[in-house]
Amino acid sequence: MEQIGFLPPKPAVLSRRREIVGDLKDLLPEGCLVHEPRSLVPFETDAFVSYRRAPLAVALPETTAQVAAVLKYCHRYGIPVVPRGAGTSLSGGAIPQEDAVVLGLSKMTRILEVDYANRTATVQAGVTNLSISDAVSADGYFYAPDPSSQLACTIGGNIAMNSGGAHCLKYGVTTNNLLGVKMVLVDGTVIELGGKALDAPGLDLLGLVCGSEGQLGVVTEATVRLIAKPEGARPVLFGFDSSEEAGACVADIIGAGIIPVAIEFMDKPAIEICEAFAQAGYPMDVEALLIVEVEGSEAEMDGMLQSIVEIAGRHGVKVVKESQSATQAALIWRGRKSAFGATGRIADYICMDGTVPLSQLSNVLRGTAEIVARHGLRVANVFHAGDGNMHPLILFNANDPEDAARAEAAGNDILKLCVDAGGCLTGEHGVGIEKRELMRHQYTDADLAQQMAVRAAFDPQWILNPSKVFPLEGRPAV
Amino acid sequence: MQTNFTPEQLADPHVATSEKILRKCVHCGFCTATCPTYVTLGNELDSPRGRIYLIKDMLENGRPADEEVVTHIDRCLSCLACVTTCPSGVDYMHLVDHARMHIENTYRRPFKDRVTRNLLAAVLPYPRRFRLALRAAALGRPFAGLFRRVKGLAPFAAMLDLAPRQVPKSSGSRPGTHPSVGTRRGRVAILSGCAQPVLKPQINEATIRLLTRLGIEVVAPAAEVCCGALVHHMGREEQALESARRNVDVWLREIDNGGLDAIIVTASGCGTTIKDYGFMLRLDPIYAEKAARVSALAKDVTEYLATLDLPEQEPKRLTVAYHSACSMQHGQKITTLPKTLLKNAGFTVRDPAEGHLCCGSAGTYNILQPEISATLKARKVKNLEATTPDVIATGNIGCITQIATGTTVPILHTVELLDWAYGGEKPAMLVS
Repeated sequence: MEQIGFLPPKPAVLSRRREIVGDLKDLLPEGCLVHEPRSLVPFETDAFVSYRRAPLAVALPETTAQVAAVLKYCHRYGIPVVPRGAGTSLSGGAIPQEDAVVLGLSKMTRILEVDYANRTATVQAGVTNLSISDAVSADGYFYAPDPSSQLACTIGGNIAMNSGGAHCLKYGVTTNNLLGVKMVLVDGTVIELGGKALDAPGLDLLGLVCGSEGQLGVVTEATVRLIAKPEGARPVLFGFDSSEEAGACVADIIGAGIIPVAIEFMDKPAIEICEAFAQAGYPMDVEALLIVEVEGSEAEMDGMLQSIVEIAGRHGVKVVKESQSATQAALIWRGRKSAFGATGRIADYICMDGTVPLSQLSNVLRGTAEIVARHGLRVANVFHAGDGNMHPLILFNANDPEDAARAEAAGNDILKLCVDAGGCLTGEHGVGIEKRELMRHQYTDADLAQQMAVRAAFDPQWILNPSKVFPLEGRPAV
Repeated sequence: MQTNFTPEQLADPHVATSEKILRKCVHCGFCTATCPTYVTLGNELDSPRGRIYLIKDMLENGRPADEEVVTHIDRCLSCLACVTTCPSGVDYMHLVDHARMHIENTYRRPFKDRVTRNLLAAVLPYPRRFRLALRAAALGRPFAGLFRRVKGLAPFAAMLDLAPRQVPKSSGSRPGTHPSVGTRRGRVAILSGCAQPVLKPQINEATIRLLTRLGIEVVAPAAEVCCGALVHHMGREEQALESARRNVDVWLREIDNGGLDAIIVTASGCGTTIKDYGFMLRLDPIYAEKAARVSALAKDVTEYLATLDLPEQEPKRLTVAYHSACSMQHGQKITTLPKTLLKNAGFTVRDPAEGHLCCGSAGTYNILQPEISATLKARKVKNLEATTPDVIATGNIGCITQIATGTTVPILHTVELLDWAYGGEKPAMLVS
């Protein structure tokens, strides 16, 4: 795929490659700099694997001070910097460019403090999302936002993309669970935003940083909220004869004021893919499936389920299947959370991330099917229905350039459809490079100019993750 | 993900297989999270995804292996945790096997590495040579500290550290037929093994006692050799295939002369390899089918025991921390079976945290990569000891040797505990 461009590399940076590598070596401990050309190739992409650009070097600092030293150096010489967590971005947020230094946080993986009195955990940015919950699980707590890649993705990356997940319907996304950060500004200054309380005086810069895609600074530590685990939790499977009916059912559940912990949607192709990997016992004779998770005491769960079953009945639900054991519940979620990767068993894919008002869910599902069919491709839908956060996986053959181009065109049409339906381009994966040029479809020029002005206030030279988020045309001169 | 091979390149069956494997990877990165070396070193190049990319780049460009690629492939434990984690079903095992073969064929290692590897390949798979080497190690032990300080000699220090203080005299399974006690219910072959009978003959002794007591005739064929896993993981494909062919012949002879219900393996590292004979010999027109038959018969001892309906036993007041060897849980996907057998036999079984992470043994890894291995061992021992066990049980000799050097908790093979629970002697290690 070559439709999406990158900024042209700066000749002044490329020509100084040897000195830059030498200087960075002096700033970092042994084993913390990758610079041999062949060793840089594995860093050329993330989970948006269609696009690839090998970087100039990869710095893997072990401390905030080293992060600051690298940033200060790159700032001084105008060298682009691309922050990277686990490289699991589906929008290309961590894809480098030829003149960039990748700043990888993968060596900063310590949990610094767990404070049950304040219900917070303070962790280094390279800690994986799931390992926060793992660390506090035995004491009855968890960290709520759960991107499907939570096994691997880092909290730093979650903050950059304001990541969501299946259980965010009830608990909110990253920004609703983030209390404070330690962050290094582009010139190497270390600042702290927020703290252990729910709000801090002054401008809500923490809110600004969360979701800024590595363009305002590099977060090295985060303080997050811990939540007490519910008394019980039960995923229940609801099978329907059509995607539209399942979509309409979701709208009615939420419309009735019922907020389960999660409502996840899978259509038939997605069910088949996930069942092949997880053998979770998903019903195979339905066109669409909702995984609804309720939690609380037995009485609370029963009460909520009764209302949901009633609503589902009005939409002709075909199968209602409660998980029979903790093991099966775990398999149901394992299958769901592995859906994207498991798609690799049958085809290459690109994953869309548009979000729509729930009243539009059925229409957009139908429209998505039409768009994909028009481009002669197949689609699997698996997404956070309760949030209206859709993830059509467009299936294609990466070894066929024409097929790849069709997939990309179909993706753009789907995202425009989401925006036109009153929704937005991205629910949780971020803009990255993938949706950058579509930002004009979402925002007016005035909106974009204001966002770029804020960005430039933090990074006047535009060296932090520069090819991302904002359309390449129409940027202010630097 | 996209691949870039010419039809000429794909004419090589090894490249063709690897290309299919690479096409399945979607670069999602899930594998990084459960990879022991990524978790330890925090570098993409030391993760499965990074290695897959390095291999892809090397093969696509038809390049000989270079120092960088070799460094990162050598650091791979082949624990296959990534294979368990991978949602797309990427067959990393056969991809890294191909890469190791490519390295062996195209890269000349520095002199000291060549000496170490040649020595390991010439000694470990041969019980008599190995026993002699262990006796020599007893004399060399005082020099271990010195070796550790000299760059390049660390593997020798690791070898001396791992060598047992005393070398057992017996050799485990005597060649020949061990008749069943009472009515014969079945007939199996047992893999005698190479390093295991020298280090812990008790394991196969216990297996034979237990199986014959349960009415199973156990034959230990005389002409059998090392399964080939040790050299296979060094990329020495021809040597590995030679071992495989020889064993296939030996076992087929047993099938013809009396039939076999299973080939019992008591070291899960060997089990993973024997179950892969069918793949390893797929390009050999004479052996492909025979090897597939043998692979289908290979069973870990716990897999076979589970078919024998062992009765539930009275609870014993003994807490067992079960360490699942990587070759058991990731290589052979045997996860709950051994624990169920132990529970039924009356033991209290506990799972350590981070059970998916390798202990750092990994064949010759603890000798060739002593630093990473030591870090992983410390992490494993800490997690095992946190369960406050009376004894640690596992199903692989490599793990037993590795973990035993890091803890004072006794460590036994699962089958030694089962033998005791079903009428055998209490294992000597538990008699105080």
